[in-house]
Amino acid sequence: MPAVDLQMEALERSASRRKTFYRWLLFLILGVFAIYYLAPMYVMIVTSFKSMEEIRKGNLMMLPKEFLLDAWKIAWGGRGYDAGDVFLRPFFWNSTKMVVPAVVISTFLGAINGYILTKWRFKGDNIIFLLFLFGCFIPYQAILLPMARTLGALGISNSITGLVLVHSVYGLSFTTLFFRNYYVSIPDEMIKAARIDGAGFFKIFFKVLLPISAPIIVVTVIWQFTNIWNDFLFGSSFSFGEAAPIQVALNNMVLTSTSVKQYNVDMAAAFIAGFPTLVVYILAGKYFIRGLTAGSVKG
Amino acid sequence: MRWYTAVENLLIFTILFVLICILIGILLSILLDQKIRAEGFLRTVYLYPMALSFIVTGTAWKWVLNPTLGIQKLFRDWGFSEFTFDWLVNRDMSIYTIVIAAVWQSSGFVMALFLAGLRSIDDEIIKAAKIDGASLSSIYVTIILPMMRPVFMSSIVILLHISIKSYDLVIALTAGGPGTSSDMPAVFMTQMAFHRSEIGLASSSAVMMFLTVLAIIVPYLYSELRRQDASR
Repeated sequence: MPAVDLQMEALERSASRRKTFYRWLLFLILGVFAIYYLAPMYVMIVTSFKSMEEIRKGNLMMLPKEFLLDAWKIAWGGRGYDAGDVFLRPFFWNSTKMVVPAVVISTFLGAINGYILTKWRFKGDNIIFLLFLFGCFIPYQAILLPMARTLGALGISNSITGLVLVHSVYGLSFTTLFFRNYYVSIPDEMIKAARIDGAGFFKIFFKVLLPISAPIIVVTVIWQFTNIWNDFLFGSSFSFGEAAPIQVALNNMVLTSTSVKQYNVDMAAAFIAGFPTLVVYILAGKYFIRGLTAGSVKG
Repeated sequence: MRWYTAVENLLIFTILFVLICILIGILLSILLDQKIRAEGFLRTVYLYPMALSFIVTGTAWKWVLNPTLGIQKLFRDWGFSEFTFDWLVNRDMSIYTIVIAAVWQSSGFVMALFLAGLRSIDDEIIKAAKIDGASLSSIYVTIILPMMRPVFMSSIVILLHISIKSYDLVIALTAGGPGTSSDMPAVFMTQMAFHRSEIGLASSSAVMMFLTVLAIIVPYLYSELRRQDASR
């Protein structure tokens, strides 16, 4: 009998050894991918603190000998001389002035749309919803030219107001979809009860639905904020010069090659342009992911 | 002529981009699903590029892939003196750099979709299969992945959609170059419209893109809606 026991023990041991081996392999693969995803960010940050001389002498992965803030100052506030000096500060505020109203408007209208499409059903509402769904997938190139015409006719081309309008309109598909999918699961009885109590269209919306909409509002606001902040196509098509949002400015900054390419400044600028959305993602990643999955699986 | 290059590039880009993203997404989601420590942290790491714009992504990768000071130099400094990596300035390879950067940005998203799908699968199924003596890998291949059909569908549609719209990344990373070697329909369209005032060419290319998307989306939406009706 002891022989059998020993055999069993050996078998178990080899099984658990194999298990730990797979465990290590698993972590190794996951680790390699983590490095793949983190490396560009690491390189970006490290580079932004180096001097150009150090960049030329060293390599990507080296830590800077001392942390210099020069590149950051130039990326944010410029070099202090005029011609061809692109820096991000004014464009950062442009983007802020564009994002805040666009997010508020598109979220609010999306909520109303979702409310109507689920609680005030009318003939053909499904077709309208289908069109909204389709709006999520429209390639924006297809609407660039007509939109440029429209903005021109309204007299708000090349302005922040124009961009707010464009983003509000094209964000509407997504916000409507989010709110519609959320309100669908809220029982109609609640609305009926409120109606019997004499509440009207807006009263029901503000007093009954809005107070329980917090989760979907967070998801929508994050989604809209990220998309509008990161937009480049609309920004570069409908604005230039002073009215441009930050992504356009970043691209201009990287492309305008004065005599020597300032990689450290480029990297600092890229980080500044990505910073707000990164913060949102780190603080509210859970909602960010929920937005992604809600927008896709149900879409 | 330029339009053909653009379409060909779009095909290369789309096929590689969708395929690689899905492979990475499946691999990572399955590995993350093995009840490992630090899952939350790793998930955050894999997904954070999604929060960055394609312009930021392009700027960062342009620097990493830069032949004189980027990866090439890094490996030469590490002792591989023959190492060459000049895809960014190589006419034949520039389109692949866009794939690399795009996969970096979007594959975490596919991972998140698949992870959500895996989590929604009942543990009992896996347990039952295990009792029947199936190995873990065969469980995944024969039982779980086929169950993820809807996730496959929606991630493919989203990725296709991203790739047809791919404009920002090309502009930031290669600006369609060297020459027009990494041109894409979206880039073509915008350049014709806003830099060359070829409104006719721009409009027709826009319509072609629109129709392509239509051809993908309409059947998808149709099948989605039918499924929803069926489940009601």
